[in-house]
Parts: sequence; C-alpha cells; structure tokens
Amino acid sequence: MAAYESSIREPLIRGEKNYKQITTDIVRSTEGVPPLSWWLATGVAGTFAIIYILCVGYTLWEGIGVWGLNKTVGWAWDITNFVWWVGIGHAGTLISAVLLLFRQKWRTGINRAAEAMTIFAVICAGQFPLIHMGRLWLGFFIFPAPNSRGPVWVNFNSPLLWDVFAISTYLTVSLLFWYSGLLPDFGTIRDRAKSKWRKAVYNTLSWGWTGSAKHWQRFESLSLVLAGLSTPLVLSVHTIVSFDFATSVIPGWHTTIFPPYFVAGAIFSGFAMVLTLMLIARKTLKLEEYITIAHVESMNKIILLTGSIVGIAYITELFMAWYSGVMYEQYAFYNRALGPYWWAYWSMMTCNVISPQFFWFKKLRRNLYVTFILSITVNIGMWFERFVIIVTSLHRDYLTSSWTYFNPTWVDVMLFVGTLGVFFTLFLLFSRSFPVIAIAEVKSIFKTSSEVAKKKQAERLQRGEDDSRVLDDDHGHEHH
Amino acid sequence: MEKFIVGLYNDEEILLKAVKKVRASGIKIHDVRTPFPVHGLDAAMGMKDSRLHTVGFIAGACGATFALSFISWVTVVDYPTNFGGKPFFSLPSYIPITFEFTVLSAAITMTVAFFIRCGLSVVKAPRIFDERTTDDMFAVIFEVDEHTSNDDLDKINNVLSETGAAEIKQKEFGGK
Repeated sequence: MAAYESSIREPLIRGEKNYKQITTDIVRSTEGVPPLSWWLATGVAGTFAIIYILCVGYTLWEGIGVWGLNKTVGWAWDITNFVWWVGIGHAGTLISAVLLLFRQKWRTGINRAAEAMTIFAVICAGQFPLIHMGRLWLGFFIFPAPNSRGPVWVNFNSPLLWDVFAISTYLTVSLLFWYSGLLPDFGTIRDRAKSKWRKAVYNTLSWGWTGSAKHWQRFESLSLVLAGLSTPLVLSVHTIVSFDFATSVIPGWHTTIFPPYFVAGAIFSGFAMVLTLMLIARKTLKLEEYITIAHVESMNKIILLTGSIVGIAYITELFMAWYSGVMYEQYAFYNRALGPYWWAYWSMMTCNVISPQFFWFKKLRRNLYVTFILSITVNIGMWFERFVIIVTSLHRDYLTSSWTYFNPTWVDVMLFVGTLGVFFTLFLLFSRSFPVIAIAEVKSIFKTSSEVAKKKQAERLQRGEDDSRVLDDDHGHEHH
Repeated sequence: MEKFIVGLYNDEEILLKAVKKVRASGIKIHDVRTPFPVHGLDAAMGMKDSRLHTVGFIAGACGATFALSFISWVTVVDYPTNFGGKPFFSLPSYIPITFEFTVLSAAITMTVAFFIRCGLSVVKAPRIFDERTTDDMFAVIFEVDEHTSNDDLDKINNVLSETGAAEIKQKEFGGK
C-alpha cells in the first residue's frame, strides 16, 4: 500500500505528537484514579444494572405475565429491544472490518471503542430472547444438542433458529476480533507499568505480547481474514433478524425489502450510538486530538447515507402496500400512519427521515452539539421503528374481536432502562481499564495522516521537492 | 545464559533501511521488535508469508461441510418432519446456518492457531529486550555466544552504528 496522501487532506492526529506522546495520551485514561464524574456515572449506570437484574429475577419468578403482553400482541418491547440493541451492535464491526477492507484511515481512531460498544450491545440484545423464554434454565433447548427427548431436534427451517446461530456467531467473532486487536496495546500498557501487580495483570491480558516481527506478520494476516469474514457476517446478522419477520405472513412484515432495510437501519443506529459515546469519551478522556472533527464528520456522512436509505425504504413500503392492491397490506400501513399508534409512526418518521437531512450542511456535520443531539434523536427514532413494525402489525389481527392496544408495564420499562444501565456500566469500566483507542493502529497512520507529517509534507512541497515519496522505501529504491 | 546485542532505532524508515543493510552484510538477525506493524519489514527480513489464512480456509471448508451434512441428516434421515408438504431436503433454508457456522469455524480456528503459532501464553514470562519496543523504539536483535568472534561482534556494532541506531546495548537472559 502506497502511503502517499495529499497534504490538503485533513489530519487525523492533531497536535505536536510523536510515538511516545501517542502512547502517553491514550494510556493515560487507564492510569491513576478515575475522576469523580466517572464514579458518579458508574454509580448511576450500575444502579440501573442492578435494577435490571432484579427485574429479570421478578420476571422469572412470576412469569412473563408481569409484562404488558396479551394474546394479540405476544411480542412487544422484548423483541423491540432485542432488534434495537442488535442494530446498535452493527457499527463496531462495520467500522473495524468494512472500513479496514476499504482502507479508511479514520477507522483507527474509533474502531476500538466502537467494537467494545458492539460487544456490549450484543450482550444486551441477547438478554431479551432468553428472558422471554420464561424458563431460562431450559435455554439450552435452542441449541441442536443430542438429547433424551426423542431425540427431538430444533427446527432448522425456522428463522428464529438461524437467529440463534447468527447472534452467537456474531458475538463470538466480534469478541475474537476485538481481543486479538487488543493484545499489542495491552503489551504497551504492561511495559509502561510501574507497579508489579499492574505489570502482571496486563501481561496476562496481553498473553505475553512482544511485538516480534513474525508475530506482527501473523497478526496482520489474522486481522485481515477476520475483517473479510466479519464483513459478510455483519450484513448477514441483521438480514437474518429481518427474516424473523419477513418469513411470516403478517401484513407489514411479509416483505422482501426487509433485509437491506434492516441492515441500513442497523448501521444508522450503530453509528449514532458510536457518536453519542465518542463525543462524551473524547471530551472526558481528553482525546480530542485523536477523535477529531474529521472523524465526527465522516461518521455523520454515513448517518446521512444510511438514514436516507431508511427513509426511502419507508416510502417504498408505503408505495408497495398501495400498489400491491392487497387490502390487508394497505390497511396495515394505513393503520400504522393514522391508527392508534400514529404518534409512534410520526416520531419514527421525524427522527429517522427528517433529522439526518440536516447533515447535508457541512457546518452542521462539524458541529458537536448538533451531532450529539441528532445522535440521540436517531436512536430514539430507531427504537420507535422497531416498535412500530412489531406492535402496529400485531395489535389488529385477523379477528376484530381480538383487536387491542398494547400498554407496557413498569417491568417492561425497567427491563429496557436496565439494559441501558448494563450497557453504560460495561462501557464505563472499559473506558478506564482498556486502551480506548487502538494505539498501534494510530501509530501506523502517523507518518501519513498526522498534523506533524502534513506540516513536513507542506514544507517539502514549498521547497519544490518531489512529493511522490512513499513511506515504503522498497519502491523508492527500485524505481528511482 | 543467553546473550544478545540489541540495536535500538527511533524511526521505522531508518529501521527498514538498517534491516536491509544488515541482511546484505550477511549477519543473522535473531528478531526485530516494533511497536506497530512496519510495512515491508517481513520482506526486508526475508520472512516467508504467513500461512494462517490457509488454516482459516480449511477450517471454514470443514465447518461448511459439517453444518450442511448435519442439518441434512437431521431433517432427512434422523427426524424428518412434514412442514406443509415441503420437501424434507430444503437447501435454501439451510444456507443461513451453514454460512454462520463456516464463519464461526474459520474465525475460532484461525485465532487459536494464531495464539499457538506465536507461542502466546498467560503463564510464560515473555522475553522483553527493551521495554520501549512497545512504545516508540524499534529493536534489531542479534544472538551472540562464546563462539562469536570479536570480529563478528565488531561487525554487528559497526553496522548498527552506521545505520543510525540511537542506542546499542547488551541483554542477557539467565537460566536454562
């Protein structure tokens, strides 16, 4: 790969940096005692995590009758939360895998935290199908294990089983990708550590990483193949989640547009969550020079693109309902927009279709306050999208006497808020013990994309020197 | 007791030139340690390509074969179930799980192979020649023993200082 990059392209590492400074800046957040604000945030998030555990206990003890479900709406907040969290969990792997294959250098500043976020989001997602089983201890029934029940096998033709495989594979592969990428950075922390126990802990975490040239060669081979595997994987996961709905014969669900529509929505919400977290993290951990406005703008462009895809999908759905000539399909969409759940539908439309359009303006894309507010708006909208798809299609079913309105109970609400607590607790713990930015990867783009390198390059140009120099000296020697 | 000479460089471009020059002078390099992957270093050291991706391919192929044959066996032989008169062997609905299992097998096997081939371990203490090689220094390491002549030692020291090493030091590991 030629390392040449135009001198007018915005730098991705700002300030007067060198390799040592990069290490110091990033490792700093894992050293010393966290500030009061961290303890407060962790205290609040941890409290909600405990409430979550209590609510799970209550649900399992009493049965899922404590939720607002009824015989018409047998799936509501639980599946909404599941799909929402899985969707959020799409950004990390997209950033680290797809952007790696596309050689996008801005990936290096955010991939570590985004991958961590992905893993935590998938953990939260996985909770809901499990607790919805009611009898959690029989959860292993979902795996095709040899058994004494016949043997009765799981139904391999069911998209719900495909989901089991998709989510568990996704969690495992993301975890492997993330952890193998962390090894060198744990090694860096170990070698800086002063105290003996800190050295021992980080040596264990790094599996004795040394940075030997042969290890780096294998490391790069591993991350490239894992990226290649993760790319179709990340697209398959939400495709399969959408099959849960698309393969059923419920008006509003039975559409072939679902897989691409769900995948775009997942990337949309995932990037929004990455932005929400990164805007806080870059400020509190003083990483503004590594997660720059250029990074924020790039992510906002992806939000604009995927948000617009989602918008087109909504409109296509409406058009197809009308054009199909099927009255049940037409009613499903009429009921969505103008029925008792109109407020949810229009919240979704406003948050997901209208709000990202502000990002057509460069000024707004680069404004941190606007970005922060919109990133939260988008995730509110994406929650409503799943709620609208699920509940509006179910609440008025084939038998008018069964028509009903779904109301959540406090347990429904606290389970959802509780997973937010779990998610933020995990992320806060991560931000103080793990390197939040991939140190080795940021160093590897230093010679091409840092402010220091850009300045040198500009000076060379001013002196009228040839700018076609490439970092890899192999080419330099052979061709001149 | 094993003895090593360690040449430390503070820039990857200088390191790359140095490694080429050392190789050209015919001295055997024990190892090179860098804080991040240096592009072109493996070629400069004359290293063979990693075969890790082959491991991934084989594991993936095995995973695909296993998943497809297992699902077929369950649905056709062991527990055939009639779903609306559809054929027992319904390939399209086997694809998602087969795909997921292929990816899972390849990823797990490759990662495990990576750990084993690199000898990474949580119990074994790693040999660290200089703690700065995971920070901002790049080390070229030579092994020396009682058979290494003074001429050879001079040659190593000369080539290191000629190529711009910021620091040259000796490192010993006891035991064995």
